[in-house]
Amino acid sequence: MLKILKYSFYDLIRSRWSYVYFLFYLTLGFVLLFLNNDVSKAVITMMNVIIVLIPLIGTIFGVMYYYNSREFTELLLAQPVKRSSIFLGQFFGVAGSLTLSLILGLGIPFLLYGLMRSNAIFDFSLLLVTGAFLTFIFVGLSFLIAISNENKIKGFGYAVLLWLFLAVIYDGLFLMSLIVFEEYPLDTFSLIATALNPIDLSRILILLKLDISALLGYTGAIFKKFFGTQLGFVVSMAILLFWTIWPVLGLRYKANRKDF
Amino acid sequence: MVCQGTWAKTWTICPTCEHSSIKQTIQEANAHDTLLIQKGTYREFEILVDKPLVIKGINYPIVDGEKKGEIFRITSDSVTLDGLFIINVGVSYTKDNAAIRVVQSKNFSIQNMVLEQLFFGIYLEKSSHGKVYHNRIIGDAVDEYNSGNGIQLWYSSDVEVRKNHVQGTRDGIYLEFSDRITITDNVSMDNLRYGLHFMFSNNDIYTNNTFENNGAGVAVMFSKFITMKNNTFRKNWGTAAYGMLLKEINDAEISDNTFEENTIGINIEGSNRIKYINNDFVGNGWAIRVVGACYTNSFKGNNFLYNSFDISYNSKLNDNVFEGNFWSSYTGYDLDKDGVGDVPYRPVKLFSYVVNRTPETIVLLRSLFMDIIDFSERVSPVFTPDNLKDAQPLMKIRP
Repeated sequence: MLKILKYSFYDLIRSRWSYVYFLFYLTLGFVLLFLNNDVSKAVITMMNVIIVLIPLIGTIFGVMYYYNSREFTELLLAQPVKRSSIFLGQFFGVAGSLTLSLILGLGIPFLLYGLMRSNAIFDFSLLLVTGAFLTFIFVGLSFLIAISNENKIKGFGYAVLLWLFLAVIYDGLFLMSLIVFEEYPLDTFSLIATALNPIDLSRILILLKLDISALLGYTGAIFKKFFGTQLGFVVSMAILLFWTIWPVLGLRYKANRKDF
Repeated sequence: MVCQGTWAKTWTICPTCEHSSIKQTIQEANAHDTLLIQKGTYREFEILVDKPLVIKGINYPIVDGEKKGEIFRITSDSVTLDGLFIINVGVSYTKDNAAIRVVQSKNFSIQNMVLEQLFFGIYLEKSSHGKVYHNRIIGDAVDEYNSGNGIQLWYSSDVEVRKNHVQGTRDGIYLEFSDRITITDNVSMDNLRYGLHFMFSNNDIYTNNTFENNGAGVAVMFSKFITMKNNTFRKNWGTAAYGMLLKEINDAEISDNTFEENTIGINIEGSNRIKYINNDFVGNGWAIRVVGACYTNSFKGNNFLYNSFDISYNSKLNDNVFEGNFWSSYTGYDLDKDGVGDVPYRPVKLFSYVVNRTPETIVLLRSLFMDIIDFSERVSPVFTPDNLKDAQPLMKIRP
């Protein structure tokens, strides 16, 4: 598995797309910091970008990589290698290289602009951690979708739909249910609904760390009471971890049973 | 000897002098005398000033109340207190002990005082035509229930409050039933509750004050004909903090103020006929939040810069006028180059409307979904008041 991981990883590191991705974050980081020179404000803007783009890029990149390397995968399958290690190796290769691009791309400009001296370092590391989680989650999900669909168009469609659902439609349904049931106490409901979606969870985790959380008012206070504690942090990390692990397990299960 | 009663005399008080007690010297002194208090510590409280005197400290003598009660109580007209350092006012749960209390007096002047470790600072009760000038009041309030206000005016009128610095008290400056007061050049910061608190006080003017980092900002309630100019409201940040809270205020003028980094710049409730002119709203959560029943207000020439929400409304009805403001999130164009945008700006986002209706939805703050529906609402308004728009948004920021 490690060999395949290494292969996929180096293959991607050398590919143009990781550079583009890396350069994109690098420019974004520099431009943001150049425009408002304030690290903590830049973290907010960065959050907006991260919770939308990382899942999208992770999904598309994952599906694309899976379908593109299909011939190589078939070649590998003919070798005496464990099936699960082929697919897991590819998965970790893709997710790892994307995460690396993200961390380096954002980390370098922030370091140069004196992140270490500002007290935004914790918020920033939280940003990177959730970014890494989101990458792993969405690459995993897209691999799972790709392996379940022979048809490339269908696979792409499902993957984009999945992103659309978690990034946009879920919030729409969430909003509708909040408005429909506005007569009822909704704090626990909104807490649970937020925690279930990794994108919403990441957004709230970062928001609560920033000044802007004061805007959240009473509901925000309840959220802070939960997520601000040690337990809340552990629970949300556990949820993110769960979201990372189940697509991987699903991928392994599918890989072992699939007829190529 | 006969002349003694008619000529003003100067008494010198120091710890080792013939006159070592402020209280006794006041009793011995005649009206219009001057008391000079030399440097030293005077452990006295409940000092009654019942005749017109000038009491002046030299090099800030310390008057230590030892937490036993009120310190100065002025009941006569034309008293001047100048340059004393008053500490340790007694905290009481039944009496509003103050460092200096002025009761039913006129033409008083309280200046250059330093008050520390206090309960209430300067308390004017049914007094008028006086001056509170250049005092420094530094409290160490922790809880609201056992702390007092820095400068409190109760049933007083025609008082000038100028160049004071109030910090760490419950309400920095508190006015109740006090008319025709001018509040100028004061700094009120780090107070537990409000930096400035108005209740039932009409025809007051406040200019050039700075209110910073107060627990709940500034509250102006149930008052008429108030003028607020050139004030700065900064960093009143917290879940229940406002730059300024207006409740039942009519016919006021609010101009040239700066509201910077407050959770809510101005919260308006039941306030009519107010003119908001040339104010700057910078980096607030909500620049202006209109809660209800606000009619015939006009907002002209204000700068709205980088607020999370510019205006929030909770009804479909709009009777307020927005005209010629600069909005940093305005995306329109100006083809005829007259400096005024050709497309009207709609300052109310659908999201803020939704949040007003169901407060829990605020958890969707900064999500992609909200940005999308905000955009579509801006293109064709359905939920937000149709006539709530700035038809003449400025293209360039008002300098």
